[in-house]
Amino acid sequence: MLDARGLSCPLPVVMVQKEVKKNSPQELTVLADNKVAVENVSRFAINNGYAVEVSEDNGEYSIKLTKQ
Amino acid sequence: MKGRNEMGKKINIWVVITGAVIGIAALALTAFGNPANMGFCIACFLRDIAGATKLHTTAVVQYVRPEIIGIVLGSTIMAAATGQFKGRAGSSPAIRFLLGGFVMIGALVFLGCPLRMVIRMGGGDLNAFVGLAGFAIGILIGVFFLKKGFSLKRSYEVRGIEKVALPGAMVVLLVLFIAVPTIFAFSESGPGSKHAPVWLALVIALIVGALAQKSRICMVGGMRDAFMFKDFNLLSGFLVIFVVVLVGNVILGNFKGFSTYLQPIAHASQLWNLMGMVIVGWGSVLLGGCPLRQLILAGEGNGDSAITVFGMIVGAAFAHNFKLAGNAASLTDDVYSAGGITNFGQVAVIIILVALLVVSIVNIPKKEGN
Repeated sequence: MLDARGLSCPLPVVMVQKEVKKNSPQELTVLADNKVAVENVSRFAINNGYAVEVSEDNGEYSIKLTKQ
Repeated sequence: MKGRNEMGKKINIWVVITGAVIGIAALALTAFGNPANMGFCIACFLRDIAGATKLHTTAVVQYVRPEIIGIVLGSTIMAAATGQFKGRAGSSPAIRFLLGGFVMIGALVFLGCPLRMVIRMGGGDLNAFVGLAGFAIGILIGVFFLKKGFSLKRSYEVRGIEKVALPGAMVVLLVLFIAVPTIFAFSESGPGSKHAPVWLALVIALIVGALAQKSRICMVGGMRDAFMFKDFNLLSGFLVIFVVVLVGNVILGNFKGFSTYLQPIAHASQLWNLMGMVIVGWGSVLLGGCPLRQLILAGEGNGDSAITVFGMIVGAAFAHNFKLAGNAASLTDDVYSAGGITNFGQVAVIIILVALLVVSIVNIPKKEGN
């Protein structure tokens, strides 16, 4: 679980990139609170072989990445 | 939420559209009266506003540029229409204020923000290509620190009127400009005296601001994302602006080939063109976006970007009050001067580079620092 809430881009993507490079997790959940972060993290994840599922709860987003 | 395929697309069509519209808008604004190669320049226009409000007294660069007002309010309108107008703040505001000032001084040393750099490139100004090299170097330095874990820390949702700080200031500025223009200082000669009609500039800028909010176009984000993630989405906007302005200038008959000689509102002191843009690239990466992007984010209600814009305005005043800004090349009585910056400007550049290094290092978390 990575908490990228409150961080503006590119920092959420940097966090995800670091985690993917270090541990190449099968599953990873990223928390974000703005649409830009959601879209940028999703784009990075898809281009790096992950399936992306986004759910929103009251302005906070949970981005679930699953290795394909 | 958008479908999976749309999200994974390498290039967003809105970035390309926004780049094309900015390019055409820049050509139109110059055709209707803005200075050459200055259809848009966020740094120059904030500097002109600083002059109009008498924060500095350099007589040739004083005007209330409606382009700035329009870009901010265009962003606000688009953000409000799409449910993205939200108050956020609290990510190292004082440091952002200083960084805004630094970026502005770097831009005025070079004589243009990254957007004007691209417009100058499309106008055949080779000095701007030297600026581009500096800009890329600055971005690479910034990316190095981002990879080390650099962060200005998180922001928080803020309620109340924090989110209208910059849009509100822009509305007040517009009302005063229309209702009581005599309270402002206006240039009678020089770049500040050259401007497109107010309403035309305002309407064009509203459209550009709205599109820039939707597409998130950012001059620094393009190279940053390309370097960091091999993501060329934002870079496509940068390239489209260059191509549209270049082709447009050829069609309009403005293009006289590529040269460093006597380019409009530009100097040929290449070391300082380079160093000025190193500051802009580096500082903008630390801030998370170029001056245009800061206007857009502030328009969306981001208080951290609003304070950055206020920092840029103060930086512009410093740049002129202390003679740090570049002096354009000139030809007077057949005597050519390549222009450049004063010794004060050179010292300021070095001090700012040291300050950027300090800010970059101290904001790396200790555990990730090695």
